[in-house]
Amino acid sequence: MSQIDRSLGRAAPAAPPADIAVSVRGVSKNYGDVQALENLSLDFPRGQLTSLLGPSGCGKTTLLKIIAGLIPASSGSVEVDGRPVEGPGPDRAFVFQDFALLPWASVLRNVAFGLELRGVARSEREDRAARYIREVGLAGFEQSFPHELSGGMRQRVGLARALSVDADVLLLDEPFSAVDEQTRRKFQEDMLALVETERKTFIFVTHSIEEAVYVSDQIAILLPRPSRVHEVIRPSISRGGGGNIRRDAEYLDIVDEIWASLRSYVE
Amino acid sequence: MPPLSEVVVTLLGLVTTPSFLDALATTAYAFWAGVIVAVVIGIPVGILMGRSRLLDELLLPWVNIFLSAPLTALVPVLMVLFGFGMRTIIITTTLFAIWIIILNARAGVKNINRSLVEMSRSFGATPLDAFFKIYVWAALPEILGGVRIGVIRAVKGVIIGQLLISIVGFGALFELYASNFLMAEFWAVLIVLFALAFTLSEFLAYLERKIAYYAASR
Ligand SMILES: Nc1ncnc2c1ncn2[C@@H]1O[C@H](COP(=O)(O)OP(=O)(O)OP(=O)(O)O)[C@@H](O)[C@H]1O
Ligand SMILES: [Mg+2]
Repeated sequence: MSQIDRSLGRAAPAAPPADIAVSVRGVSKNYGDVQALENLSLDFPRGQLTSLLGPSGCGKTTLLKIIAGLIPASSGSVEVDGRPVEGPGPDRAFVFQDFALLPWASVLRNVAFGLELRGVARSEREDRAARYIREVGLAGFEQSFPHELSGGMRQRVGLARALSVDADVLLLDEPFSAVDEQTRRKFQEDMLALVETERKTFIFVTHSIEEAVYVSDQIAILLPRPSRVHEVIRPSISRGGGGNIRRDAEYLDIVDEIWASLRSYVE
Repeated sequence: MPPLSEVVVTLLGLVTTPSFLDALATTAYAFWAGVIVAVVIGIPVGILMGRSRLLDELLLPWVNIFLSAPLTALVPVLMVLFGFGMRTIIITTTLFAIWIIILNARAGVKNINRSLVEMSRSFGATPLDAFFKIYVWAALPEILGGVRIGVIRAVKGVIIGQLLISIVGFGALFELYASNFLMAEFWAVLIVLFALAFTLSEFLAYLERKIAYYAASR
């Protein structure tokens, strides 16, 4: 991969885009005595994928839920499209770390459940759900129940449910943690394609440095409680040209750099 | 106690007589009416208690008192309040069944996976949506367990009602046979009653087992 290719990368590090979809300003969160987040500020550019990377328990899920409007911040504010978040809204969809599937409902109903709550007519919502079930590779399992699926398959049901409501902002809490490596790579590709074509804003929690560097326009590294943004990295890796990015020198450099920041906390 | 063979022969002769069928119908009516009221009130109250700290603190001590109180002693009070008719028998039946139904629905909601509630909220569920699409289903195994025990208590309630409040239905049969020393008939009716209660309870237990597969995965 040439120098020129690299400079044509999607995100230029020097000039962050002005169009901000989600803006987190000075957010703190206390759970009783536990301070999970402290004065955290971060902007999420529209149409881009931002990863939240950090050790377990540092508050990634907490931040995602505050953005989703599921839990209130103790102080600070979150704005989506310039409007302050006061609760959940149709502009955001959540993929839960523990899948959160209805155990008594079929895959089809689970995927259609977001649309069901929004009052979409049955035939239409089942059509749309069926399309996303195919898209995540679960065709043929429409009538199965969650307990009949593997962890990775359940995770994909949660993913299909979030995609089917067509929200502008997707909040993904370790959405690929239970899928196998091949599926994971396919999903990473699919997600990159979605970012390109749909202009959706992705906020993506992961534990994998490699995954974060591979899929992200922007990576926010969080450090343990009380957690702030330690560093924001904008990997400017060109994905064009057909070469294997995972062997690209810059890709490997960024992975090393992040690993150096995080390693002291992993013990 | 008469020999079992005699009881069985009596039973077979008895179950087709008009007076038995009449008593069965009267008792079944009071029983079902009482159970339905207990279910329709008990499940929502239990679910609301599981969701609201305030309501829980307000009601839980009372529910616990009534659950273990000797309800038979309350029947005279009910008679003063509501008279001697079918209505009071139904209320007695409800009173026997409802407390365990409330407690179990409450426990079911307390055990609910928080994540399902958050999920439904994140997709815009109204409180009513959450109630009918999440809470009722998530608590269903416990709710069914409560209804099963409640139904058995309701059998006790309806018979006590029919003995103490107004002598009708199976209560009247028991009264009649006991005062005339017709012990074979007395036991025959008792066996029928046990059989009916047992069948009902087994049916509910079967339903419980059928949905047990997801109870574990909540
Ligand atoms: N409901 C809660 N009550 C009390 N403390 C909580 C609650 N939720 C989270 N915490 C605490 O807040 C901190 C951050 O939790 P959070 O779930 O956001 O971490 P995380 O970064 O998502 O971790 P992981 O990578 O393991 O999923 C943890 O120390 C956790 O113990
Ligand atoms: Mg988490």
